[in-house]
Amino acid sequence: MTAPLSTGLPGGAGAAASDPGDAAPAPDPQAPASPWRLTWDRLRRRRIALVGLGIIAFFVLTAALAPLITAVSGHGPTDTDKKAIDPYLGGLPRGTLGGVSPNHWLGVEPMLGRDVFARLLYGAQISLLVAFSAALMITVIGVVLGITAGYFGGRVDAVISRFMDVMMSFPSLIFMMALLSVVKDVNRVLLLIVVMSLFSWPYIARVIRGQTMSLKHREYVEAARVSGTPSVRILLTEILPNLTGTIIVYVTLAIPGLIGTEAGLTYLGVGVRPPTPSWGQMIADSALYYKVDPMFFVLPSACLFLVVLGFTLLGDALRDALDPKGSRA
Amino acid sequence: MTGFLIRRLLGIAATLLVICAVTFCIFYLLPSDPATQFCGKDCAPDQIALVRKQMGLDAPLIVQFGHYVLAIFAGRTMGSGQYAVQCNFPCFGYSFQSGRPVWDLMMDRFPTSASLAVGAALLWVFFGLSAGVLSALKKNSWIDRTVMVGTIGAAALPVYFTAMILLYVVVTVLGLIPYPRYIAFSEDPVGWLRNLILPWITLALASAAIYARMTRSSVIETLAEPYVRTARAKGLPERRVVAKHGLRPALTPVVTMLGMDLGSLLAGAMITESLFGLPGVGKLFADSLSKSDQPVVMGITLLASFFIVSSNLVVDLVYAWIDPRARLS
Amino acid sequence: MTLLEVNDLAVEFNTPEGFVRAVKGIGFTVERGRTLGIVGESGSGKSVTSLAVMGLHRGAEVTGSVRFEGTELLGAPEETVRKLRGRRMAMIFQDALTSLHPYFTIGDQIAEAYREHHGGTRKAALARAVEVLGDVGIPEPARRAREHPHQFSGGMRQRAMIALALSCEPDLIIADEPTTALDVTVQAQVLELLMKIQQDRGLGIIMITHDLGVIARVADDVLVMYGGSAAEQAPADTLFTAPRHPYTRGLLDSLPRLDAEDGEALRSIPGSPPSLLNPPAGCAFHPRCPVYAATPSPLCTGERPLLRQVAAGHQSACLLDGVTV
Repeated sequence: MTAPLSTGLPGGAGAAASDPGDAAPAPDPQAPASPWRLTWDRLRRRRIALVGLGIIAFFVLTAALAPLITAVSGHGPTDTDKKAIDPYLGGLPRGTLGGVSPNHWLGVEPMLGRDVFARLLYGAQISLLVAFSAALMITVIGVVLGITAGYFGGRVDAVISRFMDVMMSFPSLIFMMALLSVVKDVNRVLLLIVVMSLFSWPYIARVIRGQTMSLKHREYVEAARVSGTPSVRILLTEILPNLTGTIIVYVTLAIPGLIGTEAGLTYLGVGVRPPTPSWGQMIADSALYYKVDPMFFVLPSACLFLVVLGFTLLGDALRDALDPKGSRA
Repeated sequence: MTGFLIRRLLGIAATLLVICAVTFCIFYLLPSDPATQFCGKDCAPDQIALVRKQMGLDAPLIVQFGHYVLAIFAGRTMGSGQYAVQCNFPCFGYSFQSGRPVWDLMMDRFPTSASLAVGAALLWVFFGLSAGVLSALKKNSWIDRTVMVGTIGAAALPVYFTAMILLYVVVTVLGLIPYPRYIAFSEDPVGWLRNLILPWITLALASAAIYARMTRSSVIETLAEPYVRTARAKGLPERRVVAKHGLRPALTPVVTMLGMDLGSLLAGAMITESLFGLPGVGKLFADSLSKSDQPVVMGITLLASFFIVSSNLVVDLVYAWIDPRARLS
Repeated sequence: MTLLEVNDLAVEFNTPEGFVRAVKGIGFTVERGRTLGIVGESGSGKSVTSLAVMGLHRGAEVTGSVRFEGTELLGAPEETVRKLRGRRMAMIFQDALTSLHPYFTIGDQIAEAYREHHGGTRKAALARAVEVLGDVGIPEPARRAREHPHQFSGGMRQRAMIALALSCEPDLIIADEPTTALDVTVQAQVLELLMKIQQDRGLGIIMITHDLGVIARVADDVLVMYGGSAAEQAPADTLFTAPRHPYTRGLLDSLPRLDAEDGEALRSIPGSPPSLLNPPAGCAFHPRCPVYAATPSPLCTGERPLLRQVAAGHQSACLLDGVTV
């Protein structure tokens, strides 16, 4: 006896103001907007997202163009300039604000007299390289294992879930430090990426698993399964596209954490080793001078702050725009 | 309930055993030889061999591991003959560096780390929750906007930055308190408080911001739930609707997060400890790691893991207590 | 005195996507012992209407008039409305699983409402809860009162929801899709229960649903809503035997009939419900209207049509209806 006119949300019973979905425009079958287009449109209307995007773009560009920019500024990241420091003042930079001059745009490091501007640029390279690579790794591992566990369920799920639980019980900072300090003679950057990924993937895997489990019971997936579509094909064509939003949001929000972890590990002396420039290491070096040469301390901290802020702003806005419920912790 | 508890405790034991095994492998399979470490630089090969035998390092790995795990509960006699030492429960071995029992070393440092962690957690929970709830209830007001802008900035603030700014302003410029150093609570409660206040703020600031944002979205989401509308439809006063029907479910995910955060804080506050020179477990870990003091490193790893898995259990129990739906599984 | 009298009720709210006029000037009355059925699709404004009557329209702007036993509720102090809510007018929500609080026992949730309006001890309120649970046909009410919503079956949970609404002996009950989430047999039981309670206590009921079958079973009067406006309003018998609005006719045609010829296909209304953000100009139904499709008229895309008298006690909002009264 049910009239077949009921569509979508039954009754639209949500509280009026808090449920704009009730009043959302029905999708126009004439002009199906692609989800990317929709996302971009929604994102463009949020100024805060554009601010975040701007900050990220700035740092990515300067990091990518670091060799060019330092060619113009005149100092490489490892060039020392004895003339810029004052040996009688314990190696402090000459001049004001940590030795800011036309020669050294953002001053020099105490003692060695290395150009702070150049080191910041190359530090950004390391920071972003590590964070992006680790983000890529945790996405691949997390999505593959998460989807597998969520879709196949049963014993497969039990094994993978148990594995994730154990991985999440590891005190990650401690293990990362231990691994980083016992492994010798390996490319530090690569090692950092691997070690950081090792302890971060279960978080995304858990989210993906949950989402896959609910997607699995959607009609279109059931239909594909009943009609004998191979599992791999269902995963790639039905499940994965529906997880894209969640993945993008999650990865964007994971990146600031990865950047912070890299800086922290390097600060603690187990990450990138000198002379490779890195923000974390600059901060560690500058902590001694925070009173006498605040510039040296403030600059790398401020860069770290801005990049993390940029990704957080963008990630938050993306979450609002794509709104995958599962992406919340 | 008893069955659930027993299952969980077995799970915890299994997880700890796995972590223990992994740690054991990392440190005992890798190049640096504990016997050489223990014996010192000028040891002749036959002396090293003797030490090796005394330490039981000549036994197969699995036997060594068995001894290690058994010793934790049953104690163990280390060495033999006149060098024999009885290591009592809980036995994590002796430090290569100081020769003291690892357990004693850890317990010496434990109050410092616990003071830091608990104090900071109280701060961030109090401020994070109040700001988040206030913000949610005054959604889109100027208070909400201020809190949201402030918290997104504070969440991105690196701890180094916070610490140095606090030190610079409070200690150097205003001279309100002397440079912090750790004083035991039992020695001088006022001094303890005064010296920990800056580390607390440093450690709590970013977390408070994250908790505020999370609380806000959780409260807003919960207040839009149908059961909150039902509470209003019953004619309950708004205060009661929010306090009794809204906040409890809204704070459930926050409790989960707090449990996980607190569990990892024992050694996770390493950077803050290092910034303020606090002699905590994290500091002990960093020092031991740089000196390859494997028994201490292993002991701390296990202790930290223990805190993580047990706080997960506490979270589950609290969850079951708050949410009756969780009681069945 | 008329139990509930709603005039020219309009509800508007701002969403991030734009300004929404969810309800555009509807009116109706509900008398004691009678049932008004409000029928419409998702987004037709029927649920928003019920929330506005209860004063639960959060963040929305509500204009017009809602009189409960002559007392104007719109613009009245929140405290006045709150004291009526749950006590004199109660609401039954669609999905009892999400509408009942997962953390509290059924008994506590009912007792809480009772104590709020009648005071007394917790024990007395709990006894009252057990009593109403028994009234709505829940076996072993004393034991079930100590259970949580997730321990109830769907039908039992909806009964508990009804018990909650009845606990303070209200005069008006607004039931928002009370049976949608239930199996057909359970649906019938719940509807019967509601009708029996109505007979016993002389309640006024507003039954909100998208299901004409439910309307046919319980309603005395019917209001058909489309796109936030009233499309047609008539006594139930009239509406089912002589519908005037093309939308109502479409709804009736889409019902399966026992007297249908074998092999006769069910007809459905083509298209989808209108967007409330960008409603069609003029009559909201014209893009889907078979009459408009056959004979397009500029009338349909001009002014928004209002209800007009088409027969005694029968109003329709179709401009193409050659009214002969």
